[in-house]
Order: sequence, then C-alpha cells, then structure tokens
Amino acid sequence: MQSTAAASVSASAIASGGGARSEPARRPGGLRVCGLRGESPACPSLRISQAPARLAVARAAAATNGAVAGSGGFDYDLVIIGAGVGGHGAALHAVEEGLKTAIIEGDVVGGTCVNRGCVPSKALLAVSGRMRELHDEHHMKSLGLQVSSTGYDRQAVADHANNLASKIRSNLTNSMKALGVDILTGVGTIVGKQKVRYGKVGFPEKEITARNIIIATGSTPFVPKGIEIDGKTVFTSDHALKLESVPDWIAIVGSGYIGLEFSDVYTALGSEVTFVEALDQLMPGFDPEIAKLAQRVLINPRKIDYHTGVFASKITPAKDGKPVLIELIDAKTKEHKETLEVDAALIATGRAPFTKGLGLENINVVTQRGFVPVDERMRVMDADGNVVPNLYCIGDANGKLMLAHAASAQGISVVEQISGRDHILNHLSIPAACFTHPEISMVGLTEPQAREKADKEGFEISVVKTSFKANTKALAENEGDGIAKLIYRSDTGEILGVHILGLHAADLIHEASNAIALGTRVQDIKFAVHAHPTLSEVLDELFKAAKLQPREVPDSKPSQPPQPLLKVLSFITALLSSPKRDQQR
Amino acid sequence: MASLASPSLSLHTVPGRARLAAAAGAPPRRRRVAVVRAKVREIFMPALSSTMTEGKIVSWTAAEGDRVAKGDPVVVVESDKADMDVETFHDGIVAAVLVPAGGTAPVGAPIALLAESEEEVALAQARAQALSQGPSREPHPPHAVAAAARAPPPPAPVAAPATKGIATPYAKKLAKQHRVDIAAVVGTGPHGRVTAADIQAAAGINPKPKVAPPPPPPPPAPPAAVRPAPPMASGAVLPPLPGGRVVPFTTMQAAVSRNMVESLSVPTFRVGYSMTTDKLDALYEKVKSKGVTKTVLLVKAAAMALTQHPAVNASCRDGKSFSYNTNVNIGVAVALEGGLLTPVLEDADKLDIYLLAQKWRVLLKKARTKQLQPNEYNSGTFTLSNLGMFGVDRFDAILPAGQGAIMAVGTSKPTVVADKDGFFSIKSEMLVNVTADHRIIYGADLAAFLQTFAKIVEDPEGLTL
Repeated sequence: MQSTAAASVSASAIASGGGARSEPARRPGGLRVCGLRGESPACPSLRISQAPARLAVARAAAATNGAVAGSGGFDYDLVIIGAGVGGHGAALHAVEEGLKTAIIEGDVVGGTCVNRGCVPSKALLAVSGRMRELHDEHHMKSLGLQVSSTGYDRQAVADHANNLASKIRSNLTNSMKALGVDILTGVGTIVGKQKVRYGKVGFPEKEITARNIIIATGSTPFVPKGIEIDGKTVFTSDHALKLESVPDWIAIVGSGYIGLEFSDVYTALGSEVTFVEALDQLMPGFDPEIAKLAQRVLINPRKIDYHTGVFASKITPAKDGKPVLIELIDAKTKEHKETLEVDAALIATGRAPFTKGLGLENINVVTQRGFVPVDERMRVMDADGNVVPNLYCIGDANGKLMLAHAASAQGISVVEQISGRDHILNHLSIPAACFTHPEISMVGLTEPQAREKADKEGFEISVVKTSFKANTKALAENEGDGIAKLIYRSDTGEILGVHILGLHAADLIHEASNAIALGTRVQDIKFAVHAHPTLSEVLDELFKAAKLQPREVPDSKPSQPPQPLLKVLSFITALLSSPKRDQQR
Repeated sequence: MASLASPSLSLHTVPGRARLAAAAGAPPRRRRVAVVRAKVREIFMPALSSTMTEGKIVSWTAAEGDRVAKGDPVVVVESDKADMDVETFHDGIVAAVLVPAGGTAPVGAPIALLAESEEEVALAQARAQALSQGPSREPHPPHAVAAAARAPPPPAPVAAPATKGIATPYAKKLAKQHRVDIAAVVGTGPHGRVTAADIQAAAGINPKPKVAPPPPPPPPAPPAAVRPAPPMASGAVLPPLPGGRVVPFTTMQAAVSRNMVESLSVPTFRVGYSMTTDKLDALYEKVKSKGVTKTVLLVKAAAMALTQHPAVNASCRDGKSFSYNTNVNIGVAVALEGGLLTPVLEDADKLDIYLLAQKWRVLLKKARTKQLQPNEYNSGTFTLSNLGMFGVDRFDAILPAGQGAIMAVGTSKPTVVADKDGFFSIKSEMLVNVTADHRIIYGADLAAFLQTFAKIVEDPEGLTL
C-alpha cells in the first residue's frame, strides 16, 4: 500500500498542469503522510495533528495560493459532504491544489455510481453483451464459430457485479486515504456558516469548521406515487443490480438510460420486457434520429414491446398467487387504459436528489423539487437569490446534469475556484453514454436543440452522418449496425453536437467532447490522423465529411498546424498519464 | 381447429373482415373496372420486405393536389426494416391522401388516390370519403381468419375460456409475424397468459425451427427431427425389387407424400375450360421487361376471379361447414430439386402485378435457398400449378389439404378456332383444368368461376390496374 500510494502521488504531481511550482514540496509531504497512514485508523488524533504539518509544507511551496494559506483557524480548507464520484473527484483535485480536505460519508464510499449504478451495471452489461453474441447463431456462423450451447449461472453473474463494485469501492477509498483525505463517517449536516456537524446514530456527533463546503450528496431512485416497492417483484435499479432473480417477463417503467440498459441485460438473460413510457416516444432524451435507429436495433428485434404516452398510476407487487399488476392511464387524459400483468416491474423513472437532513434551512437555502439551487459556478443560492459564500453543490444534488462524470467535473471546477482561478464548466462538452449493445453516446446538442438555437441566434447548421457499415473495423467484428452524426455551425465550423450509435460508441465520443471542450472546429480537427483500421475512423469520416459555407474558406489559415489540435493532443496525453482517471469509475 | 372450436370468436372476426373486404375488396374492384374510364388510381401500401405486414407512413413527399410523374417518390414508408421512398407507378394528381403521415396501413391497402386529370380529382375525393369510412374504422385488421384457418388442431380448446388478452411481448411479436389472432389462442403461461410457445403451437411451428411443421409442404430441414409420421399410405410396404436402390424421402418429400395421401379422403371433381390468350400474350410482352411473369399474370387473374366467387376461395375443414376466407392468398407450385413447394402470394387480389412480381421474385429466391417462413407457404387459399412452359397441353392437379380448389394450367398454343359466324382463325388457346372439393364447390360454381377467369384472361386490361 505504501508504494502504490507514493507512486500515485508523484505521478499526479507530475501530471498536474502547473505542477512544476509545487512538485518538489508535495512529493515528500505525500510520502511522509503515507508512512503514517498505516496506523492512522487506530489513532485519529495523530492524524489530525500530523495533517497540518503536511499542509504547511505544501503551502509553503505553493506561495502563490495566497487565499488558501491563512487557514484562519478552520479545521479544514474543504469539507465535502458525500463520497460519491463527484466528491471523490473534488477531493483528489483539492489535495493536488494543496488544500486540507475531509470527506463525510454516511453510507459507503463510492456513492450510487460505484455501488448501485454505473459500475455494477457495467458488470451485468458485460455479461449481457457476451450472452447476446453467443446466442446469435447467425453472427457466430458468419464469423466461422460454432457454439454448442450457452447458459449462465445467475448467482455467478450477480457475484461478478458485486465483486466489481467492492473492488472499485476499495480503489476509491484507498486513493483518497493515500492522498491524505480524511474520510469522516456519518451523516453531514450544515449547522451554520462554514460549520458542519457529522455523526453516526449512537455515536457522539462532532462539529468541524471548514473554509469551504461542497454538497455532493447525490440522488436516490425516484419512485412515483402509487407504486409500491417490495424489492422482490417491484423494485428500483438499487435492487435490480443485485440480480436476485431473472423474471420471465418484466415491465420497465421509463425508457431512459437506466431502463434501456436494463432491457439489454434482461433480454440477454432470457426475460421478455415491456416498456412503459410517459412521453409519446421511447428514449425521449436522445436525438430523435438516434432514438429511431436505436428502436430498430435495440427494441424491435428483441423480445420487447412498449406502451408510450401512458403513466403507471398504480403498481402492486405480486402476492397471494397474483402477478404484478400495473395500471396504465393515458398521460394526457388520465383515463384508465389497460392493466398489465407481469412477473416483475423495474421502476426507472429517473432519480430524485438526496438532500434531506442537510440542514439547508440553517443557512436560508430552499431546495427546488429537492434540488439545491446553484449558479453556473455551482455556488449555492439562498432563498433570496444571493450566493451563499463558501458553499457549493455539485452532482445529482444540483440536478444540472445527472451523470457521475459531470459531478466530478463540477467538483474540479469548484476546487479551481477555491484555489483562486475562476472556472466555469461547459456542460455542453460533457459526454453521455448508454451501454447497451451496441452502445449509444452523445455530447452537446441534439439536432432539434441545435436548430432551435440556430433559429434564435441566426446562424445555419449543417448535419453530416456516417454509418458503421462503412467502417472496416466494425465490419471485421461483424457489427455494422450504427451511425454517427455531427451537427455543426455551417459558417464557423463550431461543433454543436455529436451522436453515435454503434460498437463502442461510449469510447468513441471523447474525441468529439474534447473538441467541444477545447473549441476545436471541424475544419481543424479533420486533419488529425486516425489509426487504420479502427472504430475511431467513424469520427474521422464524420469530420472529413463536414463542409463549411464557401465564404469561410479564404480566411482559414493555410499552412500552420492548427493550434487547437495541439491542445487536443496535449490534453489527451495528460489524460492518459493521469492515474486518477482509472480510479474514478 | 381453433376457429371452429370457438365459433363465437370466428363469427366475431368475420364480419369485421368482411367489412374491410367490402370497403377495400370486392366493390371497389368492380368500381375499379369503371375506374378504367374514370382514371382514378389507388396508391397501395407496398410490401417493402418479406416480413412486412403493415407499414407506417413517415411522411408524404407529395401533398394533395400535387402533380406527380411516374417514378416520382410520393411517400416515405417505414417498414419493419427501414424507411423507404415509394414511387408512383402512374402520372397523375394526388387527389386524396387516405392514410396521413404517422398512420399505419396493412400491405396492399390503399393509402392515397391518384387522379389522372383535374376533372377526376373531385371524383377521387368523393371516393376517398367512401373509402375512409371503411378501412379507417378497421384499425388493424387482425388477420384472424387467415390465421385460424391455418392453425392445426391445438389441444382441445373447446371449453377453454378466452384469455384476458394478456400476451407476452415475444408472443405478440410472433403472433404478428405469423398472423395469429391472439384472442383465439388459449394461454398456458403463468396466470393464463399467452406465451411465445402458445403462439408457435397455434401457428403450427415448433419452438426450435429445426423441426418440420406437419400439414403443408414444410421448409427443408434436417431429416433427423421428423415427427412420427402419421399413417403413411395404406400401411402396406412392398418388398424391394432386387438390384434396386432405396433412397429414403427427405423431409420435404415425406411431407409431399403425406399430403398427397391425405388428399385421397377428399371427394374431388374436375372442370376444364379453354380460353384464347392472344391478348394475354400481348400484355405479357409489354410487361415482361418489368419483371412480370406469365405466372404472376395468371395469379392476378385468378385472384380477381376469386373475389367474385368466394365459394371457390373457401375450404371445408371439418366436413360440416364452409370456411370462407377473406384473404385471397394464392399458392404457386414450384418445382425444386428433389421437391415441391407452394410459396404463397398473399392478398393477390389487392396487390398490383408489379408488386406481385416483386414479391414473387423474393419468394422464389427464398424457396430456392430454403428460407421460406411458414406463413409464406402455408397460408394459401387457392393454388395454381402451371406446366405450360414444358409444352404440356393439359393435366389435372391433386387438391392440397385445407384448400377448396387448385388450378392446373397448360401451355397456350396456336389452335384453329371457329367463331360463331363460321369463320376460322388461328388463335392461341390455353386449357385450364380446376380440381375442387365437391363438398363445398359444386359444378356450376366452378364453371362460373372459370367463365369469369376466362373473361379476365381474354380481356386482360384489368390486370394492370
């Protein structure tokens, strides 16, 4: 443990952008703390007494961080309430910036993503992808493979998901411990300005002061009224990920990311699925064209049917020999339409912020539908619309973009501000992915959103598309289903949105999201070289297909290597060499 | 037989279908003959893939009142596979859109009316109104009868109560694919729900498509899994001749043999009719370049005649009643290497010859590559067998089980014909021989049908509509 910790500290110090100035000081600091870490759990006082010493070393070197230096009698520079992916990302960056940091967690480190979300679901989806492939005789035959029979052991699949979650959880915990983040156990409550109380039931509560506080308490599955959860036949993603049963027929209420991913898992394991969607279209959040194709690829050929434009007004768990009953009412007229009888129901109607008991009333903050109101810098706003100083909220709890990596990015943005550098996160550069087979990914605006923006702001947009059927690597894999779509400004070449449905779409999107984040335009990125034959060439095709309005051509710089391109490359290099990326999810 | 076991159900569905037939079937057909002069044409929902049973209109590229030329795309249709532009076969003015964007229509149903000139627009619109009262009231024709008619006897469904209509997603999919009416299927799943296995049983297919279905000529399949054969021949096995070679039947050949033996239990009779084919031959020369074969023309002619003689399109399934079929599905006997199949052109009365030809090509290809789906070879209500290409002048065919009649077509060859004024001339003449089940089809029925058929063949203009 000692050695890994040391390695990761030094690596991150080297990788950090402006690391040169504080690197020599921070490295010994990190090492020394690590030496103590082995004993520290048994000896909390030691930890507290040692930490300032370390900080002093770090701060002495980081003299430019004037704002941070005078701790002014606060116990911590930063206290984060909630150790999910958002809190973890913020904590790591805070340590890198030399802040004395604590993280309060009332449940398990890792939060929803690691324990009940993205992580275990990826384990199930890994199984479903393989099952799907093995079951597809035609696909196998066309590759020249013969498979005699396939089957699965439910418990072993469930164990795989569970083991993965514990592994990632311990990685996360270790990475924070190794860097010297204090992990405080209990439920955190804000009792006043820069003051947090935390404690477990049955233990004395403790109060600490912090120069800055980040709320990162995340969310829980949202269960609409009238739905009775019993955890066995009617359940949320929390239960479903344990895979305690594989029902013959399961209704999935909600056809967003969560519902779609579970439909992939369940149908691969032999269940039949019925979607219940309140809006008129399945997959309402996706670009319409992608949703349509996704329906053709992910819904129509599978054992799935659906009811759209209906609410599940009442769901009764199976009992007394009766199946699960789902009453459907018309979403508009509220008239009763049909009663479904199924073996199980998964409620995937979205997630509700987990912000109760935070003590927001103590500082005059009123939540909106449970979400903590924030400005574009994640600063919490009070009931009068004023910024509450030194208090931030990131991730699902603020509801801006309910994705694990968005929470982490917001946390890093907050730490940047705390460290004296103003930073506003561009949410349009945050990619999203749905890990079905094939995957769906997107970044930026959908086509209708882009058209609306174009109408409002008076510019024109262009759309180019390419098919996975034109990609050598995809064809080699016999996975030609899929498209990629690029939406950009016809005049400037600014990338507004990229949507991909196809093999490994989730991994492919980053070239586009990085381009958006760095402001790289299509006319520049089209000269970047992609290895052949790779799936990345799908995006290469897309960029090369993009044409600007002719009048733009004369004033584009001819011979110099495009600046933003170099930025992309250095950013990617930084990403690759930074170990904390692996630990996040 | 499922349909007969629950008479209330079949009664329930038949009027529904009949209404549809009344709206989109027979009377418009008669009207359509008049239309030849009025020049209002229907644009049909095309069959864009072999598995497509209905299509969704994504958008109309031509609006009402637009003038379109032959070959212009007029509508974008979403099938089970893809969106496709559909072109018009005729010049004209889009007079009325019968199925708006977003709506669905079964394959072969009219989706718009095309008027040849401004004057006909009003006429077409009037007709559109008449039409819209029919089909629009029929949301999704349930294909109940066709399915029930084909269903092999499932285990005693007589007393079983109708299910609450709860069927699993896959069951629904299969039912649609194989045109099984879910309401007529008794669910055996948990809580009485209809499962995929129930539908497969009702459609006469086995869960693993490795096993051949018993009644009609099955798709070629590994012989390993042939079901215990029902009583073959009369049971008498003749001793082998010395020096001979014994080659066991393939699955397909076994099924043919079984069906032929079974047909002996049906009292059949035959009626022949000769007709001149000069005009048909001339028409054939014209449409040949568009891929329309003689067989397709004959299928279309038979389908048109059958709509006027529903008795010949009926079948006797239990020896006690007529089963009238609302769909005109014509099976065409195809010789394959080592076997015989009858791919079925469904709704042959509703599709135009070009669509039929296109469908036929697909079916033939599938038949040759042994990829026919069960509903593509066992949904026939009438069969056509053409040996004309071999120069055969006449033959008679054996009636397949579950159908009322089969038509055997000989070659058309120059013949000296005397007309009623005593003038001789040389005309191409073709001999057609129909074998029918005398329990339900009587001599006069068959004669009248043949007369109609001959009229269509001798004046084949109506075929191209």
